[in-house]
Amino acid sequence: MPSWPGARTVERFAKVLLNFFEELRSAGIRASLKEHLTLLEALDSDVIERRPEDFYYLARATYVKDEGLLDRFDQVFQKVFNGVFSEPGEEQATIPEEWLRAVTEKFLTEEERAAIEELGDWDEIMETLKKRLEEQEGRHEGGNKWIGTGGTSPFGHSGYNPAGVRMGGKSRNRRAIKVWEKREFANLDSSLDLGTRNIKVALRRLRRFAREGAADELDLDATIRGTAKQGWLDIRMRPERHNAVKLLLFLDVGGSMDDHVKVTEELFSAATSEFKNMEFYYFHNCLYESVWKDNSRRWNERIPTWDLLHKFGHDYKIVFVGDAAMSPYEIAWEGGSVEHMNEEPGEVWLKRVVDTYPAVAWLNPKPERAWEYSQSTQMIRQIMDDRMYPLTLDGLEDAMRALSRKQG
Amino acid sequence: MTQRFSGTENYVATDDLKVAVNAAVTLRRPLLVKGEPGTGKTVLAHEIAKAIDAPLIEWGVKSTTKAQQGLYEYDAVARLRDGQLGDERVHDISNYIRKGKLWEAFTSPELPVLLIDEIDKADIEFPNDLLQELDRMEFDVYETGERVAAKERPIVVITSNNEKELPDAFLRRCFFHYIKFPDGETMREIIEVHFPDIQKRLVSEALEIFYKVREVPGLKKKPSTSELLDWLKLLLVEDMPLDVLQDRDPTKAIPPLHGALLKNEQDVMLLERLAFMARRENR
Repeated sequence: MPSWPGARTVERFAKVLLNFFEELRSAGIRASLKEHLTLLEALDSDVIERRPEDFYYLARATYVKDEGLLDRFDQVFQKVFNGVFSEPGEEQATIPEEWLRAVTEKFLTEEERAAIEELGDWDEIMETLKKRLEEQEGRHEGGNKWIGTGGTSPFGHSGYNPAGVRMGGKSRNRRAIKVWEKREFANLDSSLDLGTRNIKVALRRLRRFAREGAADELDLDATIRGTAKQGWLDIRMRPERHNAVKLLLFLDVGGSMDDHVKVTEELFSAATSEFKNMEFYYFHNCLYESVWKDNSRRWNERIPTWDLLHKFGHDYKIVFVGDAAMSPYEIAWEGGSVEHMNEEPGEVWLKRVVDTYPAVAWLNPKPERAWEYSQSTQMIRQIMDDRMYPLTLDGLEDAMRALSRKQG
Repeated sequence: MTQRFSGTENYVATDDLKVAVNAAVTLRRPLLVKGEPGTGKTVLAHEIAKAIDAPLIEWGVKSTTKAQQGLYEYDAVARLRDGQLGDERVHDISNYIRKGKLWEAFTSPELPVLLIDEIDKADIEFPNDLLQELDRMEFDVYETGERVAAKERPIVVITSNNEKELPDAFLRRCFFHYIKFPDGETMREIIEVHFPDIQKRLVSEALEIFYKVREVPGLKKKPSTSELLDWLKLLLVEDMPLDVLQDRDPTKAIPPLHGALLKNEQDVMLLERLAFMARRENR
């Protein structure tokens, strides 16, 4: 915690705050200038007593509007106001490149700096790292080029290169600078360029308005008709139009889907704000007799698939999100699941869903051209009556169009 | 405003909450409060009002609530009917304008606390429709051409249960506080405030059971602070002997008077099943 500045140094302090503000933004907390000014105004009008804790609380109440970001805020706060960076090996949600650069500039000795320079400049290292990540297939240990554990290459964790960028796992020699969890690089994959905004636009296609609920709108036509018929003023009311699409989302998690988690998350976050009636459930690889809602409790809180089929009416639209990449046994055989003993094959469960709900679509994050090489993908596509769409903007639009078609 | 909010005799406020409330009160920005159901979001507004001795204006939001209803409603239907009956009132349009809660708050003779409760229940557009009004604390009545402006910006407390995401533009104008589920220490303080003469032992036994029940995986609705307080009240009224609570026999996993803690028959069944399983293991 910083020692609190004197009463008249608020202005000088403002400079530090500006830095803090920028750090917050680069950490992904979308604070705006408005909030920054609010904080200055609050400091200026002596809202808080001059205690660092109070300042921390005030800044938090001003900048953070989502409890999910509180932890990230704490990390930035600690960084800026302690002047101490978090220890290597600590989890960090997102690590912008500037930070890493700052760390190297701050903490590396001259020799170490020179050693990095040997390898080329920072951008180059990052670029190489990105490439290695793309080239790499599977886990890898030792060696000096590939990313893995215990090697001498600058990439991967526990490396001895001073510029080592940690890729996850535990840091052993404390030389590596930061955790760059592998997943972070999903951001750089431009072939899956699906912003939340784009997804929202695509999902809008699904909207269908219907009149449901309390009658609180004047129905002029009916009123005129009624009045003419009765001979006195006959007010007719009707319910307002609402988006009446009901959506049931099944998301594949774990295993081969890990690479696609970011896209799936984006789709999901776009979907929650777009529909009034939306339920989501998780499954792994293929749908079986039970699903779950909370991934951390996937073993304890399972929901029988039968219950879902009975609970949600036929007017619900079903969207699966999964890469459909698995062994064919997992679809066609009882006991084929990789996780548990399933008494009925996944195929049967998928067919039950398809038979129950007329509007079903499967979104596949894998590129369409790769589908024909995977037997399981073909099988699922067949079960879905060819209603499998790639998780790109076009694919999403096609899927939404298919879902909103009048079902015979 | 020199008065600072520091909790009341009925309400335990943590330090971060105090700062958030004071900031909102001083700068007159809305305070958005989120948190698990039953952690005292609505009560907070009541207590702020009590602490600064201001009237509280409550606006409970429902799924059918429109932003306009908070400003005013023009009852055209009533006017139309009056017109048919030849009522004199029909000539003055202001007879048919009903004031909403915001209007009430803006024109209140004393500085009020306005509570917009469970804002996430309403339509997605609801918060957006209130942006201007909450920002400038004024609005126009189109029917009469009148402008309603607040003499002094009221203190606005908004609660949300996170059922819907709130728009960014709206969030930018608020201070935010997330009420954490209280830890054991704070919980003891809260109980102290509500039941000053409760036996210490009873509290610690009850708390232990309470946190254990909360930890049971798979509960549909975890008991929260308000349920704990209800349960304690019941235990006191029933004069439950201490040893009943102390009886930590896993075969009797169902706590006494569990109806106050668990509101869902599936949860009660789950607990019973766990007790049954524990019994079988012991054999």
